[in-house]
Amino acid sequence: MISFAFYLAFLLIFVVFAVYAERKTAAFIQNRLGPMEVGPKGILQTVADLLKMLQKEDIRASAVDIIPYLLAPFIVFAAVFTGFAVLPVNADLSGSTITSGVFFLLAIVSLDVLGILMAGWASNNKYSLYGAMRSVAQIISYEVPLGLSVLCVIIISGTLDLHQMSVLQSGGILSWYIISHPVLIIPFFIFFISGLAESNRTPFDLPESESELIGGYHTEYSGFRWGIFMLSEYGMMLLLSILASILFFGGWNSPMEKIANGPIWSTFWLLSKSLLLIFVQMWVRWTLPRLRVDQLMSLSWKYLTPISIVMLFVCALWKLWLIG
Amino acid sequence: MSYLGNISQGIQTTWKGMMLSIQYFFQARKGRKKESVTEDNYFEKANGTFTVQYPHEQIPVPDHGRYQLHNEIDDCIVCDKCAKVCPVDCIDIEPVRSPEVFGQTSDGTPLRIHAAKFDIDMAKCCFCGLCTVVCPTECLTMTKEFDFSTNDILDHNFSFSKMTDQEIAEKKQEFEDYQADKLKAKPELPAIKKESDVMKKPAAKPVFKPRIPKKK
Ligand code: SF4
Ligand code: SF4
Repeated sequence: MISFAFYLAFLLIFVVFAVYAERKTAAFIQNRLGPMEVGPKGILQTVADLLKMLQKEDIRASAVDIIPYLLAPFIVFAAVFTGFAVLPVNADLSGSTITSGVFFLLAIVSLDVLGILMAGWASNNKYSLYGAMRSVAQIISYEVPLGLSVLCVIIISGTLDLHQMSVLQSGGILSWYIISHPVLIIPFFIFFISGLAESNRTPFDLPESESELIGGYHTEYSGFRWGIFMLSEYGMMLLLSILASILFFGGWNSPMEKIANGPIWSTFWLLSKSLLLIFVQMWVRWTLPRLRVDQLMSLSWKYLTPISIVMLFVCALWKLWLIG
Repeated sequence: MSYLGNISQGIQTTWKGMMLSIQYFFQARKGRKKESVTEDNYFEKANGTFTVQYPHEQIPVPDHGRYQLHNEIDDCIVCDKCAKVCPVDCIDIEPVRSPEVFGQTSDGTPLRIHAAKFDIDMAKCCFCGLCTVVCPTECLTMTKEFDFSTNDILDHNFSFSKMTDQEIAEKKQEFEDYQADKLKAKPELPAIKKESDVMKKPAAKPVFKPRIPKKK
């Protein structure tokens, strides 16, 4: 319960600064300065934008299917945020102790596709519907390599509980799974790529591609409800980054075995690992162009899925012969 | 291309792109120096942030920049050439003739016409610079001042005349009296010409050769 409250507060603060970081990253990569006016170096720009957004009129087109239209953003957010329930914060705050933690997370997070489809369908608008369809196709396809790469880690660790998994990786940087079991390097990249697709981030942002679908499934939303969609997108980024740092980078464990191990330090380690991964997500976003739908599908079904099946096999052999 | 070839090409190109953009990310620590276009290495600064935060910082403009017009009204002989040559008619001059030479410009050209009104509407100006070329006394120049945006477009009309309404009325009266005296002295002329012609025609071409009186 405490971990849940912690993540809710952290998520809200994180979103404000992540949007700022995103803009600055974009600006620096493009030889610009980014927001500079509100607050020192523009740091309060997102706060100002947030205030503006909350005051905006809640516009509802007359032809929308009103109940799913109003519910959709909350379903998306609830689905994404429930995923945080099983994440540990540090050695003492383990989150919800569900024995099948990772599977619960993957299953509940997949529900956000329902909200996206509701939003696209209820908006009664061809662009929104296109966006929603793409999103469904994309999330369902990438769920497969994502699940398989998580399965690789589960084979190695032998547990589904994320807290247990972190405990198993304690003992310095050398016992992090990605280093102690180098066979997990490829699954990590598969996990990261499918994670980008799951959270609708560039280069897999086809569901909301501004340039062709004018925002996709959230075209018809404004003000607070649109803000909820944004919040869910950043929530999804954070969730997948925290999950990646628990699965592959030792979770809340400090990189030095005996140093900096207190509860505050371990929270710090977990969050800084995740924020680093989030920076990589932003870096990818401002580097790679958007994929076409057919490229998206072929990447998932022709490359990531077969490779992750092979890696699953390799991990099983690794577990059998090297760990026993 | 083969399956493995595709994979390796995908990894290579992604890696190359990512490295390129992170390079830009770190270069952004340095910003561009606010150097004038006349600096030697002005075009060599491809790295680092390029934005100039305009109202807070500016790139210096060369002294011979062609921006806002300035008229040194004391040197203006009100020849109307600038107003005639202007392609967009943004110079508005109202001349008031004077009975005699009432002064000299700084280059010695005698002043015979008062500028009751000398307005340049910079909102219309296309910065072609023709008016500064034709000006015989070179009193109309372009300055390097470019930051003259206003909230009201009417404020873009720059007025250079220094005469007050009272002065204008006085000078007008003076010239009318002079004309009237002239008419009295030569009573035959008005029979040939209408009074309005006398008033208008000389006013149209008084100073096409402004330097001749000086040579005499
Ligand atoms: S610069 Fe050109 S447009 Fe502007 S006032 Fe002179 S002649 Fe007219
Ligand atoms: S051309 Fe020069 S001297 Fe003649 S009216 Fe214009 S500013 Fe005055």
